[in-house]
Amino acid sequence: MSADLAIETHHLGRIYTIRNRRERRIRKEIVALQDVNLEVPRGELFGLLGPNGAGKTTLIKILTTLLAPTTGWARVAGYDVVREPQKIRPRINMVSGGETSGYGLLTVRENLWMFAQFYGLPSREANRRIEDLLRRIGLADRIHTKSSDLSTGLRQKMNIVRGFLTDPEILFLDEPTLGLDVNAARDVRQFIREWMDAHPDRTVLLTTHYMVEADELCDRVAIISQGRVLACDSPEALKRRLRREALFDIEITAPNGLTAAALEALPGVRKAVLSDADGGALLKLVLAEDSALPGVIGVLTERAVRVRHLTKREPTLEDVFVELVGRPLAEEEGRDEP
Amino acid sequence: MSRNVYSSASFRERWAAAWRSFRVATWLGWQIESNWTDPFLFAVYSMVKPLASAAILVVMYGVITNGQFQHPIFPYIYLGNAFYIYVGAVMTGVSWAVIDDREHYRTLKYIYVAPIRIPAYWLGRGVARFLTGSFAVLITLAAGVLFLHVPFHPARVNWPLFLLSLTLGVVMLALMGLVLASISLMIAHHFFLIGEAVAGALYLLSGAIFPLEVLPPWLRPLGFAMPITYWLELIRRSLLGDVARGFPTLSGFTNGQLLGILAGLSVLFGLMAAVAFRLCDRQAREKGLIDQTTNY
Ligand SMILES: Nc1ncnc2c1ncn2[C@@H]1O[C@H](COP(=O)(O)OP(=O)(O)O)[C@@H](O)[C@H]1O
Ligand SMILES: [Mg+2]
Repeated sequence: MSADLAIETHHLGRIYTIRNRRERRIRKEIVALQDVNLEVPRGELFGLLGPNGAGKTTLIKILTTLLAPTTGWARVAGYDVVREPQKIRPRINMVSGGETSGYGLLTVRENLWMFAQFYGLPSREANRRIEDLLRRIGLADRIHTKSSDLSTGLRQKMNIVRGFLTDPEILFLDEPTLGLDVNAARDVRQFIREWMDAHPDRTVLLTTHYMVEADELCDRVAIISQGRVLACDSPEALKRRLRREALFDIEITAPNGLTAAALEALPGVRKAVLSDADGGALLKLVLAEDSALPGVIGVLTERAVRVRHLTKREPTLEDVFVELVGRPLAEEEGRDEP
Repeated sequence: MSRNVYSSASFRERWAAAWRSFRVATWLGWQIESNWTDPFLFAVYSMVKPLASAAILVVMYGVITNGQFQHPIFPYIYLGNAFYIYVGAVMTGVSWAVIDDREHYRTLKYIYVAPIRIPAYWLGRGVARFLTGSFAVLITLAAGVLFLHVPFHPARVNWPLFLLSLTLGVVMLALMGLVLASISLMIAHHFFLIGEAVAGALYLLSGAIFPLEVLPPWLRPLGFAMPITYWLELIRRSLLGDVARGFPTLSGFTNGQLLGILAGLSVLFGLMAAVAFRLCDRQAREKGLIDQTTNY
């Protein structure tokens, strides 16, 4: 337990129990978090990268004192989340993306002013900050708009400003760009980065299932899947693990019954992922070294699969995720990365 | 020594937090309550609702008693009904913010993580309903005095007793509202009207429109355990004087005794509110109910 840690978790776990509506004795247990050990020093922009259902929101809820863990413990700003929530709350704030919260009958300024009041911020200071932050995030012209008249994206921006408004020591952002269009998401990322640069002693814990967001924004990233943290390091260091290996993307014609498993059985092939692409398929390979490539090409030729395009590339966090979890991060997600 | 300084600072901090929670919540509650695009409609609605329910009562009374509006039981019923408006208004006002914030505005979790005193926030959210409720009570009383000969003579009213009872009663109702608010934390679904529902259930048990003697014997103890019973009796006595003593239920008690009972029961509900909040708050955090909306 160190005073320099903004966040510390120790074998943290959470199980949800769902009771059957009719027969209350029938229960189902969902393990949302398991054995999570994290240490986030002050001043860090820490990312939690994982697909839907990985447990990111559950972790944020525990750290923001909204939800009790079922095992282990967590400290935020040095205080225990279960026993000392009153000590933690003045020091933190929280924003969840992908939802429309707020008092629709109040204007943007009134909504924000009200939350600032909860934190004991003097009105004049609150109004100064509101104007400043709204300008930075590109919402200044809507300050007197009723928040019910805002689009979902703008409402989310207002909500993000609410999080920063109280100048929290530790800020929790749960998928802050979820549901935003590409431009708005870029605004938000830039806003977060600039705020961190201006407040180097502040800590941000951000969750995302967008690989680029974690890579671009975060000092360190924990990769989480099915409630477990599989790796935790700087994006650079995570990718460096793969640099010894050779990554190839091969665009091919229809795979003709070829499977990823068959390719992985070849010597030197660490990982193969096949996905559909326009009029054919995309084959992503992680090879122990370049010399394993001819073997793969040989198998393709045997099956009469033609190579349309072949690239060797630098590893991304996506590759790290595939390597750790065995499947791509978010193949079902709709939004294109910028 | 240093420990003392620390604890007095944290004491002051707590009161500061409670006060700003109450103050801001009052402001918010009023914004929500008065959010009518047309203030005229708002005023009409605030008048029509209480008058309509009083009219129903009067008509029923008229039919049952063959129009005996001069009988002393009539003002007894009329005042009981008028002041009972506070029961629904205050209990609902205080408790419904939980579900409103969680289901409708989706802000409960943000309010929860803020450094406020949640019970003080709920009490503040109830103030607006208390004010509109007061307006409704006044309108109902005025209608009774002007059109139905409810005997009301300002010079004969025991004002100190009335104001004391009213204050004590509203505090007591607010504390009952806090108990309901805590329970609302635990019930995930859209049971918006818990305050009105409880008020409705207690309407017949609190001597609002008939003396407790009318109840079946096994229900009577419940009526005697309800602080509302004593509160309504005090209100009637303070406004009507001797007329109210014509009724048997509580005639054995002096005003002082009734005030004592009401204060005692209020303290009891205060303790219950504190315990209920602690329990429900813990349960809600353990089960993850604070941001669980119905369409989860
Ligand atoms: N209130 C709840 N009751 C039951 N199961 C839940 C609840 N909240 C989340 N879960 C489950 O816990 C797992 C983790 O969910 P969550 O923390 O929301 O993941 P993420 O935010 O990474 O998408 C999922 O399987 C989800 O279905
Ligand atoms: Mg989530």
